[in-house]
Amino acid sequence: MIEIDSVTKSYGDRQVVDRLSMTVAAGEFCVLLGSSGCGKSTTLRMINRLIATDSGSIRVAGQDIRNVPPEALRRRIGYAIQSIGLFPHWTIEDNIATVPRLLKWPQARRRDRVTELLDLFRLEPATYRSKYPHQLSGGEQQRVGVARALAADPELLLMDEPFAAVDPITRDTLQAELANIHRATAKTIVFVTHDIEEALRLATRIAVMQEGRIAQLGSPLDILERPANDFVSDFVGHHGVGLKLLSVRKVSDRLRPDETAEGEPVLFDAPLRDALSAMTTRRTDRLPVCDAQGRKIGAILLSDLVR
Amino acid sequence: MSSTLGNVVRRPARFLLLRIHNQVLLVLVIIAAASVAAAGFVGVAPNRLVSGTPIPLWMAADRLSTTGITLLVAILLVSCTMTPSKLLHLAVAVTAGLLLLLVLAVAGHAARMLASGASSASRFSLGAAFWILAGCAALAVADALQRLQSGVGTQLIAVLVIVTGAGLLAAAGTFDALSIAREYDSRRQLFADALGRHMSLVGASVAAAVVIGFPLGVMAAKKPRLRGPVFASLNLLQTIPSIALFGLLIVPLSALVASVPQLAAFGIGGIGVAPALIALVLYALLPVARNTSAGLANVDEAVIESGRGMGLANRQIFYQVELPLALPVLLAGLRIVTVQSIGLAVVAGLIGAGGLGTFVWEGLGQYAVDLVLLGALPAIFLALAADFVLQILSTVLRRCFAP
Repeated sequence: MIEIDSVTKSYGDRQVVDRLSMTVAAGEFCVLLGSSGCGKSTTLRMINRLIATDSGSIRVAGQDIRNVPPEALRRRIGYAIQSIGLFPHWTIEDNIATVPRLLKWPQARRRDRVTELLDLFRLEPATYRSKYPHQLSGGEQQRVGVARALAADPELLLMDEPFAAVDPITRDTLQAELANIHRATAKTIVFVTHDIEEALRLATRIAVMQEGRIAQLGSPLDILERPANDFVSDFVGHHGVGLKLLSVRKVSDRLRPDETAEGEPVLFDAPLRDALSAMTTRRTDRLPVCDAQGRKIGAILLSDLVR
Repeated sequence: MSSTLGNVVRRPARFLLLRIHNQVLLVLVIIAAASVAAAGFVGVAPNRLVSGTPIPLWMAADRLSTTGITLLVAILLVSCTMTPSKLLHLAVAVTAGLLLLLVLAVAGHAARMLASGASSASRFSLGAAFWILAGCAALAVADALQRLQSGVGTQLIAVLVIVTGAGLLAAAGTFDALSIAREYDSRRQLFADALGRHMSLVGASVAAAVVIGFPLGVMAAKKPRLRGPVFASLNLLQTIPSIALFGLLIVPLSALVASVPQLAAFGIGGIGVAPALIALVLYALLPVARNTSAGLANVDEAVIESGRGMGLANRQIFYQVELPLALPVLLAGLRIVTVQSIGLAVVAGLIGAGGLGTFVWEGLGQYAVDLVLLGALPAIFLALAADFVLQILSTVLRRCFAP
């Protein structure tokens, strides 16, 4: 979906992005992870030409972006940012329908799409459609921001720390919603964050960035288990790695199908961390495991967690 | 029209053992009562050039009128002690409005009564007590409307009712004996011309200032490097005293006409409309440009960035996002320059540009206060009306923002 080929960007003497190359396959949830000033936002904003590259090339869906007019390119790519940037003088409906209107969708189709998206983000369409952004809570505004990015059904979604400014509980909900949307729509998402937990939770692939280069590119498990250098291992944190691994690995990885246990079951695709938490609070060393329909499909033991 | 009087502490104060809920109204009532007790309601002079003898309300007006005014003021006084409610504010607004119209009618009537026995050279002017009483009544109306949290619609109705009432009184000849009406009567055509000239001076200069100042403001907002020089020069212009600027323009314009005599055919010269328009435009540039620039600069950066990120072209961002969001500040600038130009255009009368200033300067020359008022009062009402109309316009425009 995206091919970035030795792209460079500098501001004055400062090299922000340094001969960076990476590809993002269709359907991937790729997180650019790094501390501030590492060039992750700049990289993201070069993909939709908000920032011009100094050298190197970027191809989106096989097409060199320099050959596409910037407005046309951006209308094909969803874009959501931390400060949301809803148009304060437009209703929620008008905000969400921004790109469809630019693409000249007929009125009825725009309306249906807004209804669909409000439903998707559990915002009652009848109530929310005609409200103004200032009438919404921060979490609701951020939902609208993501809905707006999805409005014209783009194949590619760019998100720049979209959940950094909301409270932890809302962030948790929003992350879960985004993960669901990614699973359901198989859209390609490039997501910038400095929050390792958020990256581990959402990404199918993480690019850890350092001083304009990629320090390591790999699955969440790769990054935790085999950090490429000291920088990456520092960044993911030495001490908490075990717990982070538990939150990346699934119960299904350690399932014993032929065993059973008593009590409230854990879901098979829950992270191991949830299972550990349940065992600790219930003072037990084994838990039953169920599938999405609630059928018991086996058990998990405390010793399995450290296997 | 919306006064700033509404934002007072709403905590009741105690005054002579009474709970005072509306301190603003109480102060207005006290000022009004004191002015009636201490100052003349109308002034009587043997001719238009000498200053008159003040006559208090109770001696100028008949007993019924005096009682009526006293009664309405007493009602307002009592209402200060009553628990605030929508109904009370409405009642105060109506009472104060009635008081305003009654004061106008009584002043006209009193002048007529006094005139019936006097020589035709005698002049009957409005006294300090009249102005203070009428002013307090008008402020009480504005304050009550503010407390009602009335919309523009209600304010418009209130203004229309009072203006219509005053208009009907004028049409019935109530004010004919007042000296200002006598001054008007001898200059009907001149007055109409001057008013028209005044409005066209203001209209043309504000329009020109918007045409020049708006792009300057946009430029200053978009190119921070230009901001310093642009505003430094506009600020410099603003610091030149208006009379001096009108005077300073005489020299270059006369020289210009002397070298290009054809220009005189277009009415350009050292004095007259041309220098007046130039000076008014120069003064109006700063508020227009500064508010344009401030309005655009205040638009949230994130909103513009997300607009760009979604594929709005620069032109679309400007017209659909930046301009509508900056509009309240732009319109505030327009209000400032319009009101300012109406005042400054009076000074332009000094260099022969015509307008209401003609009467002011003529009146000052003759020491005829009523003639000064004939120029000054309409200018004040013009400014109030322009302010009110532009305020309504900004409310209406703010509602039609949807894309």
